[in-house]
Amino acid sequence: MIKSLTPYASKFKKYPLYCLFFIAIEVICDVVQPIMMALIIDNGIANKDLDYIFFHGMIMVVLAIIAMIAGALGAYFAATAGTGVGAEIRQAEMKAIQNFSFSNVDRFSTSSLITRMTNDTNNIQMTLIAMLRLLVRAPLMLVFAIILAFQINQELSLIFLVATPFLGITLFFIVRTAFPRFFSLQRAIDRLNRVLQENFIGIRVVKSFVRGKEEKAKFAAENANYKKSALHAMKVIMFNMPTMQLTVYSCMIAVLWFGGNLVNTNVIGAGELLSFIAYISQILMSLMMLSFVFIMITRTKASVQRVVEVLETKSEINDDDVVIDIPVANGAITFKDVDFSYGGNSDDEILKQLNFSIESGHILGIIGPTGSGKSSLVQLIPRLYDIDDGEIYVGGKNIRQYKIKTLRDSVAMVLQKNTLFSGTIRENLMWGNEHATDEEIMQAAQYAQAHDFIMDFPDGYQTVLEQGGGNLSGGQKQRLCIARAILKQPKILILDDSTSAVDTETDGKIREAFFHHLPDTTVIIIAQRISSIAGADQIMVLNEGEINGLGTHEELLGTNAIYTDIYETQERGAEV
Amino acid sequence: MAKQKSMKRKPQHLAKTLQQLLSYLMMNKLALFSVVICIILSTGAGIAGTYFIRPIINDYILPGDLGGLARILMVVGVIYLFGVLATYGYNRIMIQISQNTIQKLRQDLFDHLQDLPIGFFDRTNNGDIMSRFTNDVDNIQEALNNSVTQILAAFLTITGTFVMMLIISPILTIVIVVMVLVMILIIKVIGGKSSYYFGQQQQFLGNTNSYIEEYVEGQKVVKVFNHEDEVMAGFDVRNEALQGASQKAQTLSNAMMPILGNTSFVSYALTASLGGLMVVRGMLDIGSLGSFLQYSRTFSQPLSQVSQQTNTLLAALAGAERIFAIMEISSEVDDGTVTLERTETGNFWLTENQRIPVVGNIELKDVSFGYTPEEPVLKHINVWAKPGLKVAFVGATGAGKTTITNLINRFYEIDTGEILYDGLPITTIKKADLRSTMSIVLQDTHLFTGSVMENIRYGRLDASNVEVIEAAKLANAHDFIKRLPRGYDTILSGDGGNLSQGQRQLLAIARAAVANPNVLILDEATSSIDSHTEQLITTGMDQLMTGRTSFVIAHRLSTIRNADVIMVLDHGEIVERGNHEELIQKKGMYYKLYTGQIELD
Repeated sequence: MIKSLTPYASKFKKYPLYCLFFIAIEVICDVVQPIMMALIIDNGIANKDLDYIFFHGMIMVVLAIIAMIAGALGAYFAATAGTGVGAEIRQAEMKAIQNFSFSNVDRFSTSSLITRMTNDTNNIQMTLIAMLRLLVRAPLMLVFAIILAFQINQELSLIFLVATPFLGITLFFIVRTAFPRFFSLQRAIDRLNRVLQENFIGIRVVKSFVRGKEEKAKFAAENANYKKSALHAMKVIMFNMPTMQLTVYSCMIAVLWFGGNLVNTNVIGAGELLSFIAYISQILMSLMMLSFVFIMITRTKASVQRVVEVLETKSEINDDDVVIDIPVANGAITFKDVDFSYGGNSDDEILKQLNFSIESGHILGIIGPTGSGKSSLVQLIPRLYDIDDGEIYVGGKNIRQYKIKTLRDSVAMVLQKNTLFSGTIRENLMWGNEHATDEEIMQAAQYAQAHDFIMDFPDGYQTVLEQGGGNLSGGQKQRLCIARAILKQPKILILDDSTSAVDTETDGKIREAFFHHLPDTTVIIIAQRISSIAGADQIMVLNEGEINGLGTHEELLGTNAIYTDIYETQERGAEV
Repeated sequence: MAKQKSMKRKPQHLAKTLQQLLSYLMMNKLALFSVVICIILSTGAGIAGTYFIRPIINDYILPGDLGGLARILMVVGVIYLFGVLATYGYNRIMIQISQNTIQKLRQDLFDHLQDLPIGFFDRTNNGDIMSRFTNDVDNIQEALNNSVTQILAAFLTITGTFVMMLIISPILTIVIVVMVLVMILIIKVIGGKSSYYFGQQQQFLGNTNSYIEEYVEGQKVVKVFNHEDEVMAGFDVRNEALQGASQKAQTLSNAMMPILGNTSFVSYALTASLGGLMVVRGMLDIGSLGSFLQYSRTFSQPLSQVSQQTNTLLAALAGAERIFAIMEISSEVDDGTVTLERTETGNFWLTENQRIPVVGNIELKDVSFGYTPEEPVLKHINVWAKPGLKVAFVGATGAGKTTITNLINRFYEIDTGEILYDGLPITTIKKADLRSTMSIVLQDTHLFTGSVMENIRYGRLDASNVEVIEAAKLANAHDFIKRLPRGYDTILSGDGGNLSQGQRQLLAIARAAVANPNVLILDEATSSIDSHTEQLITTGMDQLMTGRTSFVIAHRLSTIRNADVIMVLDHGEIVERGNHEELIQKKGMYYKLYTGQIELD
């Protein structure tokens, strides 16, 4: 567990040592206390030497203060290292996710990535802090206390040598028995939560089929199962406390008996006997803490596994072998024998043997039934996914010859699912170009037909968007996303069904703007409506991953069955 | 419908919540009583054991009475043994109580949720409801498992120890009392500071988490805009703030233990010196000093336990309060008296004095409705439908299409007007019976973990395997099911995640078919489905609709061209009605929708 996370502790490499140092001081002070007390009783009181008594009392107070400071510093270093490593892990995860390719994200699923970054990482942080403090403290306490006990009397110390392994082994077995039980408890929790989740998501189904009674019974069964598993696991852990007490009490009696005999024969003083009693609780307490930390560690194992999975996933899309950062010359695109499937699964090919070219500055329209591979096709151009076979050229060069950053900088893409981020409209638009002037921003918004509705907001461009742009309509969001893409001044602009919520008239104005104001930009438009792409230089009809037709509107109409069919369904209404 | 979030950390109505929680605990009165007895025995044994140091040293060890020592140690041994057994006893009984309580609480909450009106689920985030079951119930469980017994034991220990100290030496006790006051002060100061930083940590954690959520969800856009570095920079700021706060919070809470522990060493030192002085002056004997010292050492532990566990307890009470708040929301009212009788020859409505055959005639008369009184969603709607008739609703987003279906099966109650089912006002029919004669197929298909067979049978639990397969065939689902690795026995997991959207839709249609309803409500799927499956779904739905009263919420106009009546909704009103040809000719709203001049969704 520790090994896989050590790279993230580099900044804090020395902290465990500091921790060890201060906690050692604290422990030594604590362990010496009973000896001072024994001296007071056996020498001070016996000789009625008040100075001796007060002197050693003072030493005890000073020791306590030193221990207090050392303990607090130990806590500081443990907390700093623990939260520091936690923050570094979180940062490393965020970085890893930023570098993930689209297919990495698809595989993990967004919600699972979020839990890994939040809950799992916090678990690890808490365990690290506990480990640093208690894992250091307990063994030190054990060793020092036993050493000092031996100094006082070897025979009596044998009691610890019997009791410590007894308690250690018992606790070990308790933890070992408990671990698999907690594991199955976790599964019971997962099952219970699944029933809950499915019920809440599907509550309309449950209610409309009147299945409340059955759902309650289903939940009751899982609930009972959960209780059974919980009791099964906790029953074991419950032995911790009594075992600990049993050992402490047995030691007390043994110390009092054997120690009593030794005092009787004047081998040790009464004070020394009392100091032994003090050691009993110190030593056994530290063992108790160890078992507590071990339980914590076993519970955190799963979290570490899940976090490491994220950290160790490397994006399969990289530009490591690109040495020279060449700029993208223009927006010409060529596909040569391109095959593509998600996850490289050739049985499930999304795109098959695609061949086509677009000249720089031209407009390509893509149309075709859902699931025909339109969105997949355009995502290949900025290397959001890598192809299985074939070559893609942008600006006359294979896209694998560009640095990914350079390639993506020259391609702007408006995705089907529009994401805006919390912040002002202006800030969102500036994602396209962080150095954009107000004029440029306004111009891009005008091209995207967004300027007017932005100005209708009381705060205009300073209007604050909620997370995900919740306060905008679908069409407004789409237009902002288009403006954001235009602002990037790309060589290639891709609109993936990006005007579906915009009415036909505005849609037409946006296309006009592309035509007049972006003459050098290659534009690819995926659309459902023929009217959105009829004016394009080329139209591609995509069907089941293959090019079914390629040509202008006039060429396709009447010759391409799918195109004609779509045209007729959409136009017939208008003509009746 | 704004989703509401409620995440208050401190309980607002402490007394009331405590009382409610206690009423749950009190279901285990006898067990609870035994727990208290066991805790008394357990702490008593510990306190007594320490006290015995005094007579053991004074009366047996120092005088050298070894026979007596053996005898008294036997007595102490027996007391200790009872103590250990009592400790095991209360821990064991307490987890039983806590698990019983938690099980009951969880079941009551779930059962109550099942009875809540659909409006509650529309208003509340699923995540919020889930967190009642996870975080809140967990907090209560944690408190019941440990805090209750620990706090009780700590109080008993403190009181018992204090009494014993007074008995041994009132003068030394004053020293301890002063030191305890110092400790309480330390707990107050450090605890107060640390809870301030914990609050801050919680706030920064929330900030960081929502940043993570936003940008992990929008990661694809981040990549498209090459914005990774900026996102990282924003993240680092939040991550550092979080680390700063949690470092302080953790330092303080971790420092509490060594500080308190060593404060008790100070009182140990003071007792040792002062006690030594008293022994020298003959005011105290060594045995008394011995047991007093041991008491003074153990005083800090129960104190820090109380301060720790109080936090856990407060968190549990805050959680309990949120749970009880849900339990206080009133259940869906069902005051219908008309019931359904299922017979071989058909189904009948049983009113007080009539037996009306279930046909499926539905009539909406002048229906108005709004989710909130200020915002009417539907205004004066009149619709009439009978078996074999397909009624389609179209309109732009927010026109109120989906709302109509919420009213027919009484997910929501209408404000004015009347809905009649075979001539009976639906408010007079028992809800369960009303709904069991209707099936809805929603645009988001929800399946449950279980086999394909079980998922279809969800529509009618007593359907035979043959009937399930018949329904699947009717819904065009049979072919793809046969091709699944284990056919009808294939286990679906995670809301049918291993099926495509289209396949899930087909299963939902089969599920509706097996219910053999009189009335069908179909909300068309909007998400991407390949053309082949789309064809299967359309014909499956058409076959299902044959001979039934059907309401279709249309998201694509191509599928409703064969509807008998199309209702065009705009801002809650039916602005046009007629069949496809009539409406096209009218060149009104429908025409605009159809030609794409107005966007459908």
